[in-house]
Amino acid sequence: MIKTQTQDSTPSFLEYKGRFKGLMGWIFSTDHKRIGLLYLYSMLVFFSIAAILGLMMKLELMAPGKTIMGAQTYNSFFTLHGITMIFLIVVPGLPAVFGNFFLPIMIGAKDVAFPKLNLISWWIYIVGALIALSAQFFGDGPPDTGWTFYAPYSFRTGTNMLPAVTGAFVLGFSSIVTGINFIVTMHRMRAPGMNWMRLPLFPWALYGTSWIQVLATPIVGVTLLMVVLERTLQIGFFDPALGGDPILYQHLFWIYSHPAVYIMILPAMGVISEIIPTFARKTIFGYTAIVISTLAIAFVGYFVWGHHMFTSGMSGVALYTFSILTFLVAIPSAIKIFNWVATLHKASIDMQTPFLWALCFLFVFMIGGLSGMVLGALSANVHLHDTAFVVAHFHYIVFGGTGFAFFAALHYWYPKMFGRMYDKSWANIGLAIFFTGFNTLYLPMFYLGMIGMPRRYYDYVDKFHGPNIISSLGAMFMIVGLIIVITNLVRSARHGVIAEKDPWKGKTLEWTVASPPSLENFEEIPTVTDHPYNYD
Amino acid sequence: MDNGQHTHIVKYSTFVWVLLILLVFTFSSVAITELELGVFSVTAALVFASIKSIIVLMYFMHLKFDKKFYAIMMAGIVLLLISVIMVTFLDYLYR
Repeated sequence: MIKTQTQDSTPSFLEYKGRFKGLMGWIFSTDHKRIGLLYLYSMLVFFSIAAILGLMMKLELMAPGKTIMGAQTYNSFFTLHGITMIFLIVVPGLPAVFGNFFLPIMIGAKDVAFPKLNLISWWIYIVGALIALSAQFFGDGPPDTGWTFYAPYSFRTGTNMLPAVTGAFVLGFSSIVTGINFIVTMHRMRAPGMNWMRLPLFPWALYGTSWIQVLATPIVGVTLLMVVLERTLQIGFFDPALGGDPILYQHLFWIYSHPAVYIMILPAMGVISEIIPTFARKTIFGYTAIVISTLAIAFVGYFVWGHHMFTSGMSGVALYTFSILTFLVAIPSAIKIFNWVATLHKASIDMQTPFLWALCFLFVFMIGGLSGMVLGALSANVHLHDTAFVVAHFHYIVFGGTGFAFFAALHYWYPKMFGRMYDKSWANIGLAIFFTGFNTLYLPMFYLGMIGMPRRYYDYVDKFHGPNIISSLGAMFMIVGLIIVITNLVRSARHGVIAEKDPWKGKTLEWTVASPPSLENFEEIPTVTDHPYNYD
Repeated sequence: MDNGQHTHIVKYSTFVWVLLILLVFTFSSVAITELELGVFSVTAALVFASIKSIIVLMYFMHLKFDKKFYAIMMAGIVLLLISVIMVTFLDYLYR
């Protein structure tokens, strides 16, 4: 179906000797694959920090009262945990790592449209991350507002807010630059014969995501700048005492931050759309429906931000509108789920590790999605707002959705990225422990929220004790699974069995090039003559 | 390769005119705040800003000389932003 020629004889991008050597050869490389790996390594460092913070919070919540930290430390921990996880990991996550690495290869290109801009994007990401994290070490103590920087508290708190807000502002530029790069790449650099309806579904997901990155990120950038101006120059945007409106902050913040949830989840859905047909050995069911639902999620996702503000004091008209729109956005998400399940129907499934991660994704994402419907209903939301139920819901979506898809992608494309296979037994053991720990950690939080435990408190009354113990034990279990998964992958990068070109029998273009690919991916740009998942 | 661009040279005088129009609209958007327009004060500010943006896009960013496709994409983005602002005002107008 695809005519192509790979260059197995030429050195891989990992062995390629460019202008610089060693570390310099990485941090000044404009190769999209090296940049993808730079993001991966950076994110692993940030993820380790944020995961440890999360574990510490769960340890604090193991018993009522002060256990291992006081209220102020707990507040700064959940703030740093949120900022790191959202702005440094899940928002850039899949597009920056796997989008950078695989988008050009999957569309039959030698690189992205603007390779230098791509490298600058990583540098901006690192600078933004350092500025945001510097808030912990300098000034008047770590920020304690939560990752949402809600006004008016964000400019009244005595803690070190400015670096955190400025860091998030700078990180936005990285996101915008990557988005522009991907959009132009997909419009201008597709291989001959690869029309839009022959584009694999991961690039399609990246396309929808990139538009959100480009159009929504500037809004939060301007909003954070307004917070900085309000704190430094006393200009009244959000502070009622200065004539501002705190709900305006929430509108502006969520106009970006809700679409940002789709920046997180659309690429995850793209990954699952790649993995399921590969291991089901079957053409994906409803390719066109999945494409349309991707664009529909990207579009409708712009209009549901108000469901984060149901108890903020918005008008009744706005409340009803946002509630209806929230229910609407579930439809395209459900279309994807039905299509994936329909693809599995009567398929010859090969139960490999990436597929198991994808199955776990379906399970946890469904729980996250359905609990989102509960929160989308106005009457239920009034009771559940700002409780542990919400924390459980978004961890099922963000960690369960994006996190599971990230590891699914890592296990799926690992042989292509590093040219080696990982130990499948340890990978499956790690997944089993991780999955069990994940559900033990977050399921009790639904119950805790329903019986009234508020979020963002280091202390609680005795009736919440039992489920909190189970949840904290789940956190420890999950971290053990995570350590097994990551150790296996790190170890296999050096000691794994050499990977074949196409170990999973995939049909998209990345499986036609060497593992790992050469610097320019293709010796000759391939000509595409058929759909991407033709298993007939 | 056809990039959808046409060879064109814009006269300096055109750029000067564009600059003057932008300055007029900038001063007008400041001046109009002196009038008490109520809920329409935001509308007025947005209208002035939109006209300025369109002129910048058309002349300084050469949208006028590019393929129609890019203009359609821009129009889609503007419509999206208008919709977002309108939905925001479902709160402010009915609160």
